[in-house]
Amino acid sequence: MHQFAVTSNLASGILSQAAVFLANGAPSLAHLSLLDIAVIAIYFVMVIWIGYYLKSKANTSEEFFMAGREMTAWIAGLSFVSANLGSLELMGWAGSAYQYGILAAHWYWIGAIPAMLFLGMVMMPFYYVCKTHSVPGYLKMRFGQGSSVVAAFSFAFMTILMSGVNMFAMAEVMKVVLGWNLNFSIIVSSVAVAAYVALGGLRSAIFNEVLQFVLIWGGALLVPILGLIEAGGWSGLKRKIAHNIATGAIPAGDYTHMWRSMGHFQDNPMGVHWTGIVFGLGFAISFGYWTTDFLVVQRVLAANSLRSARMAPIIGSFFKMAVPFIVILPGLLGLVVLQNPDGSLMKLVGEDVVKANPAAGLHSYNEVLPLMLVRYCSPGLLGLGITALIAGFMSGMAGNVSAFSAVWTYDIYQPLINKRAKDEHYVAVGRWATILGVIISIFAAYMVMNAKGIMDYVQALFSFFIAPLLGAVLMGMFWKRATTAGGFWGLLTGTLTSIGLFAWVKADPSALRYVALSPYAKDMAENMYRAVWSISVTFLVIFVVSMFGKARPVAELNGLVYGATKIPKEEPVPFYKNEWYWAAVAIVAFVALQITFW
Amino acid sequence: MKSMDISIWFFIGVLLTIYGVLILSYGLWELITGNVANVVLANLHAPVWWGGIMLALGIFYSVRFRPGKEI
Repeated sequence: MHQFAVTSNLASGILSQAAVFLANGAPSLAHLSLLDIAVIAIYFVMVIWIGYYLKSKANTSEEFFMAGREMTAWIAGLSFVSANLGSLELMGWAGSAYQYGILAAHWYWIGAIPAMLFLGMVMMPFYYVCKTHSVPGYLKMRFGQGSSVVAAFSFAFMTILMSGVNMFAMAEVMKVVLGWNLNFSIIVSSVAVAAYVALGGLRSAIFNEVLQFVLIWGGALLVPILGLIEAGGWSGLKRKIAHNIATGAIPAGDYTHMWRSMGHFQDNPMGVHWTGIVFGLGFAISFGYWTTDFLVVQRVLAANSLRSARMAPIIGSFFKMAVPFIVILPGLLGLVVLQNPDGSLMKLVGEDVVKANPAAGLHSYNEVLPLMLVRYCSPGLLGLGITALIAGFMSGMAGNVSAFSAVWTYDIYQPLINKRAKDEHYVAVGRWATILGVIISIFAAYMVMNAKGIMDYVQALFSFFIAPLLGAVLMGMFWKRATTAGGFWGLLTGTLTSIGLFAWVKADPSALRYVALSPYAKDMAENMYRAVWSISVTFLVIFVVSMFGKARPVAELNGLVYGATKIPKEEPVPFYKNEWYWAAVAIVAFVALQITFW
Repeated sequence: MKSMDISIWFFIGVLLTIYGVLILSYGLWELITGNVANVVLANLHAPVWWGGIMLALGIFYSVRFRPGKEI
């Protein structure tokens, strides 16, 4: 009964055909009206329009790979956060909040904010002044070709694999939520991403990420607002959670405090200890991701000045702090408002339970966000919410392929295959690398489809490379004495340490008591402590090897190392435009959140 | 100086305007006909005020960042 929104019969006919084509015949959580499909279709038209419009602004390699280094702090900052805000992240962490409570917000606060501020205030001047095109590019300037190649290959491999895994998982979500055909979801979304990134390069990826960021908020913000109204505000939510625990409707636990249950591994359902959260997540993993993963750093390198490059992560940090409002809060609200058709409280379960009882009509934790969307959103708004999920997926994928394209061209193709080609040749290589990256991602998605066990290991695989890379970059950036050999061997042994520890626990689960310091530790804790071990080994090896080698002359380290670099002075600005002022405000807000939800 | 480049904020403005029109129109239709969707808190008429907010923001960004505007 919602056809009124589609004014012409022709449009109505086309959309009806699209609805039939999309349908998989499978039972689904949500049923889209024509208005919802129109909202989704308009989004696709817009992203392609942006890519086509920006085609003429991606002619040189600096334009294609670095967006001409013309992005304002706001655009770079929103894109920086958006590239990380994938739809799987939205749904996965909403599910974790339903399962573990507000502990899941650690990944948004201590697991992001300190690292983002450190990137902006401490590391950005070096990345920006040395004019590197990528993080492996920085390693090349600081430690030589060997370290750069190790980092470039590991990044390229992981980026494409992650892209494929996300693509498959997203298609599966669309199948469960909307009943969409798996192949249709994969092909349409990846063709759209390939088109707009290959046409407009990084500028197009960034523009679309900003657009997607607005859509994610526009589509998802209504859920916590209406959820809080229904639950009777935050105090009503807490009261209802306590009532549900008392009646045994949901498992016992502290769902609304972040630190109180962190004293022992066995005191919280995540099986983590505060040392793992602070040193593993808060340092080794989050600093590794937010300061050395080129997927996010590339956005900030595209800023139009050093001040913008420093402000971008700070602006991003405020939005990152706010993301739990649209991700964690809906998960918590799901604990008290979701109901079965008979009016009883709906209990979400793990994926394994859903698969073991296909006829029981159960829903998994990861479906909490779509279930909340369906609960509150009428036609049009539901389409907007689904568009937010699609936009989240596409922004993550565009981030992956644009970063892959730059690293492939600058750090693999140029130094190892064709050193002296014309600039336009490298732009063409970048465009083809974008398309190739999408095609390999699609293959990776189908590979995962046939061997789903891979998904269990992807996060661990990713952590193999991130912490050692952070160790190498930090030692290179803040210790003049670090040598080329030290950087190379530190990176390699750190990575091998991480892989070795992972294999040790797989072969002998009792080794967990050594790797994660407790037999009660769970997977997340193991990842955190493994990252701490591997970065420690990286630091140690770089230190020892460098002490036996000859350091590079200080003059060669200008622009690369603290103490050997003259940071350009910037024009004085009013306090409200000063990056230090806003960094201080972000720190105060971060501390206030920890105290409020202690 | 006039900028002929299209700002990202203009694209965002256009998209929000279109979405605002669609969602607000649906919300008004619901309000007028009383044919309310079967969702929780439908009595709050979220499409009307959410669509209205989107439309207002969309028009603001479309005008403020329109191509050819003096910068």
